[in-house]
Amino acid sequence: MKNTFIGTPMERREDLRFLRGRGEYVDDVAMPGLLYAVILRSSVAHGRLVSIDASAALNVPGVHSVITAADMPGGPPIVPMRLQPLPEFKPFEQPVIAHDKVRYVGEPIAVVLASSVAIGEDALDAIAIEIEDLPAVADWRTAAKNQSVLFEKAGTNRSLVFQARKGDADAAFAAAPYVRREQLRTGRHYGLTMEPRGVMAEWDDAKGKLTVYGAAKVPFFNRRILSAQIGLAVEQIDMIENDVGGGYGARGEFYPEDFLIPFAARHVQRPVKWIEDRRENLMAMNHAREEECDLEVACARDGTILAIRGEVHTDMGAYMRTNGAVGARNVSQFMAGPYRVPHVKIDSALWMTNKTPVGTYRGPGRFEACFFLERMIDMIAADLGIDRIEFRRKNLIKSSEQPYPIAHVQPTDARDEYDSGEYSETLDRALKEIDWPKLSKLQGKLIDGKYHGLGAVCFIEGGAAGPKESARIAVNTDGTMSVYMGTSSVGQGVETVFAQIAADALEVPIERIHQVYHGSTAYVSDGYGAYHSRSTVMGGSAVLDATNNFMATLRQAAGKRLGCAESNVTLDVDKVLGGGRSMPLKEFAGLTAEGAFLNKKHTYSYGAHVAHVTVDAKLGRIEIVDYVVVQDVGRAVNPLTLRGQVLGSLVQGLGGAVLEDLKYDENGQFLTGSLADYLLPTATDFPNLRCVVLDDYPSPINPLGAKGAGEGGIIAAGGCMANAVANALSSFGAEPRQLPLSPTYIWELVQAGQRRAAE
Amino acid sequence: MTTKFEVNGKQVSVEVEPRLTLADCLRHELRLTGTHIGCEHGVCGACTVLVDGEAVRSCLILAVQAEGSKVVTVEGLSNDSDLTPLQKCFRKHHALQCGFCTPGFITTAHALLTEEPDCDADRVREVLSGNICRCTGYISIVEAVLDARQFYKGQAAKK
Amino acid sequence: MKLPPFEYACPATLGEAVALLAGHSGEAKPLAGGQSLMPMMAFRIAQPSLLVDLRKLPGLKEIKIGADGVRLGALVRWRDILDDKRLVAAHPLLRDAVSHVAHYQIRNRGTVGGSCAHADPASEMPGIAQTCEAEISVMGKGGARTIKAADFFKGALTTALEPDEIITEIHLPAWPAARRWGFQEFARRRGDFAMAGVALYYDVDGGNVKNAHIGVIGVGDCQRRLPKAEAALNGNAVDDALAVKVGEAAAAEVDPQDDIHASSAYRRALTGTLAERALKAAAARSTA
Repeated sequence: MKNTFIGTPMERREDLRFLRGRGEYVDDVAMPGLLYAVILRSSVAHGRLVSIDASAALNVPGVHSVITAADMPGGPPIVPMRLQPLPEFKPFEQPVIAHDKVRYVGEPIAVVLASSVAIGEDALDAIAIEIEDLPAVADWRTAAKNQSVLFEKAGTNRSLVFQARKGDADAAFAAAPYVRREQLRTGRHYGLTMEPRGVMAEWDDAKGKLTVYGAAKVPFFNRRILSAQIGLAVEQIDMIENDVGGGYGARGEFYPEDFLIPFAARHVQRPVKWIEDRRENLMAMNHAREEECDLEVACARDGTILAIRGEVHTDMGAYMRTNGAVGARNVSQFMAGPYRVPHVKIDSALWMTNKTPVGTYRGPGRFEACFFLERMIDMIAADLGIDRIEFRRKNLIKSSEQPYPIAHVQPTDARDEYDSGEYSETLDRALKEIDWPKLSKLQGKLIDGKYHGLGAVCFIEGGAAGPKESARIAVNTDGTMSVYMGTSSVGQGVETVFAQIAADALEVPIERIHQVYHGSTAYVSDGYGAYHSRSTVMGGSAVLDATNNFMATLRQAAGKRLGCAESNVTLDVDKVLGGGRSMPLKEFAGLTAEGAFLNKKHTYSYGAHVAHVTVDAKLGRIEIVDYVVVQDVGRAVNPLTLRGQVLGSLVQGLGGAVLEDLKYDENGQFLTGSLADYLLPTATDFPNLRCVVLDDYPSPINPLGAKGAGEGGIIAAGGCMANAVANALSSFGAEPRQLPLSPTYIWELVQAGQRRAAE
Repeated sequence: MTTKFEVNGKQVSVEVEPRLTLADCLRHELRLTGTHIGCEHGVCGACTVLVDGEAVRSCLILAVQAEGSKVVTVEGLSNDSDLTPLQKCFRKHHALQCGFCTPGFITTAHALLTEEPDCDADRVREVLSGNICRCTGYISIVEAVLDARQFYKGQAAKK
Repeated sequence: MKLPPFEYACPATLGEAVALLAGHSGEAKPLAGGQSLMPMMAFRIAQPSLLVDLRKLPGLKEIKIGADGVRLGALVRWRDILDDKRLVAAHPLLRDAVSHVAHYQIRNRGTVGGSCAHADPASEMPGIAQTCEAEISVMGKGGARTIKAADFFKGALTTALEPDEIITEIHLPAWPAARRWGFQEFARRRGDFAMAGVALYYDVDGGNVKNAHIGVIGVGDCQRRLPKAEAALNGNAVDDALAVKVGEAAAAEVDPQDDIHASSAYRRALTGTLAERALKAAAARSTA
């Protein structure tokens, strides 16, 4: 019996509890004797922390204690970086609580422990803080002056410059017949999750055991950090992953609160729970995407791209977070996107500013790179008089060129290559889906008061980061099997997808896979987590290895008990057969085997976005008439959940392209402090979206042939929308050079175009 | 203050401070944690419950204001034996991923479909624009609600 | 974002409610739908010592329609207005404006009285009240009084209400069947506060406009009428050229603010565009 659960659009098991309101998110978990933590956060962007006086707060009835840096012998621990942990970044890492300086509005200064959250909040006003203001650094240009420096010891606000190199770009530019240079900018936004963060910690003094709830994304790594900071062995700490209300790269990294709350629990010998509220989340969860480039592209007259060269400046916020360097690193390595570019020279500078620190958000650095290059391609094609679709086709990497080496990044010596795929096929399919030839007649036309525009852009998505992932399979007492994962759930449906993979590999009905457990450190010996679109490839491949090891273990045990050769043992639904005899599988309850998948290579899913929009030039309003994403994912395990990933990430990308904008004033004061200010897409904003998922070019680097595919929808949204708007407003000569495409910005582009025409 | 009201068909009596919101009362006093808190300032809709049949933001209602009313949460729109037709439509169309916003969508959709089983796609989108989802991008949610209309049409005819 | 502590009362009569407000030296606030007050308290921007819940007060939830116009009880909710089919003819401008208010769940709770008392400069209801020269009846410790809309709305979140006064009714004057009207607003997303909005109406006298009323929402510190734009409209026949002129007059007349959602220059231009489009829409409506 050969199963085909892989590739089937299976309904999700998780839904059975989520639809009933029976999900268990960290705030749903109750515990006796709980104290609630409320964090006092800086309202000053940059200053010297002179004194903290919590005495009045301690007198508020219901307040148990107030924890500050002074309670941490030896000073507050530093949060180390997880990715690109370069020595150059060390001076810029964040202490878990402010002690001598505050560097951003939202930085934790004190933790109030109280019998209720409301009382804790009441007590915040009673804590007297003395801060000496320092000049705020509110943008990268001010940072670059190095007049007001965030880290005196470092002496600079620039933590690092990544250098992406391939070939000899300077020589190519010197000889190039055509060069175009532009400054472009993506606005600050972030992977806001509907469930804000939360941490609950319980310290059992008798057992010397710390249990931390609310883990997500990379619990194993975070456990190692916490263990080092808090002075406990890793084995003394359990990180429990409850249901998680979204991740998108932002939730699950190690934040200051991930130390503060366990520390508090141990310090006061009571369980402590902290649930982030939305006001905090906006200023405390990792920001992302604020990058500005000065980019040149060199071409031959026939439109062949010869080289790209330039600088990118990322506004990093006040500290280097665990994965803070990823976006700035990626934008340099992936600036060329899916295009054949033989010479690359990109310097990507990281600037520390008095803003919320930066981490990853789905498609980090890739969203920005796609916007930068795709905007330039449309402008260059127009300059050279070449059809912008033909321009792209000419330069897209061909399957015959795969694997295709990309720019090499220093420091970190990151070399990589794209794995497989015929990139032009997804572009062709997208153009066909939207009927580009028919629509192209509408480009720039004014119909019923609205200008029509088309955009078409291409992207690659990197996935499947290694080095390893683990899974374990065990027989339950009732003869069903359970799968234990080292990867994490952030809502993407792992409980279903891994059941499909396991059921197919074991050739049993999917109901025989009773449950997939994920994330918590108790489940496997060495897990890694959910990031870089790795769960299906890394976790799925680990599941395959686990099923192989499981069957080997089962055959060994069953051969003995059935009295037959191991090779004769087979698993048939709920029975083990061999040598003419059979036994129920439940007789082997407790039998378990682990598996792992080791991987040093990345997968590269790819595709195209094509859009038809209208622009009301007076209102500056954009409406999407039709928007198609075509993505080749190598192998689709669950087409139903895959469509959800593509459309969901697309709407996030459109939010970043049009609506979302984290704003600060020149004093580093945070201006977008509520969901009335930070605008998320709603059901009426982007209704006309569709996607086509292909799996024509499997990845050669893993047994499933799958490619990480959760980020393709977001990566090209900015570039596609901006190109479509430019196309619509071409009669004004409008060239959007920044995101988001707010009504004011669009109107200003039109105004500028009208002024130019009048001259 | 003592406040008495009905939740999911059962009379309850709670002793609460005036400042406790209905959302927090449901979640912590009554341990009905299906109603979620996403913003606490009336924008995201994750806390939507039905009060006297109408969809409302429970983070903007004080528990004491619920005195004498009938409150229905996502738990009250569910049963143990099977998913309801509305829930099945959500599952079929993959109208949820992380599940955090889902209870608010279920209660809102239920209220809409009960009042307007003939609503069209524009009306569905307009009503759902008061609920934020970060995972799905909404298209599958709208598909699910439109699909669910057939199960509410019979009920309207009976009334 | 838990609420700050406060006392709570739920009186059964208007007299009791007024007395409670009067007895708290300006630190008490009435609570109607709570859709504006609760978020302010969640951010601890407002911290009243006492909330006086108005939900039990009798006689404040009716919509009365008669020869003298539309009388909205202060506790009439947005959904009550949208559910009342009589208003389609009795006050189409009110109905259209209300259909833009916030979202489904908020419309089930938010009230006309609450909106006027809160006086957010971007709210539709104060804009309709101003444009239509509504009269707002209030009850306070000094008794009942009626305040003209132009005197009621004084600035951002500022009204003529004394701390002990509660709105009881909003009276919109009679609406002739032949009246032309238009309502245009533009917000970043459906249901958001408008970056600008224009409500207008006029009557027709021998093909020309008379009695023009043009009000702006979301621009400057308060909703208000635009007398210069009205003057540009009165006495003329509406055509595209006039609509452009009226739009320009409206744009010139406002004092727009800069904020994170819109620049002042854009807002000014937006006001003009919306006025022009509202006027064209008004002219295009067929007479009843």
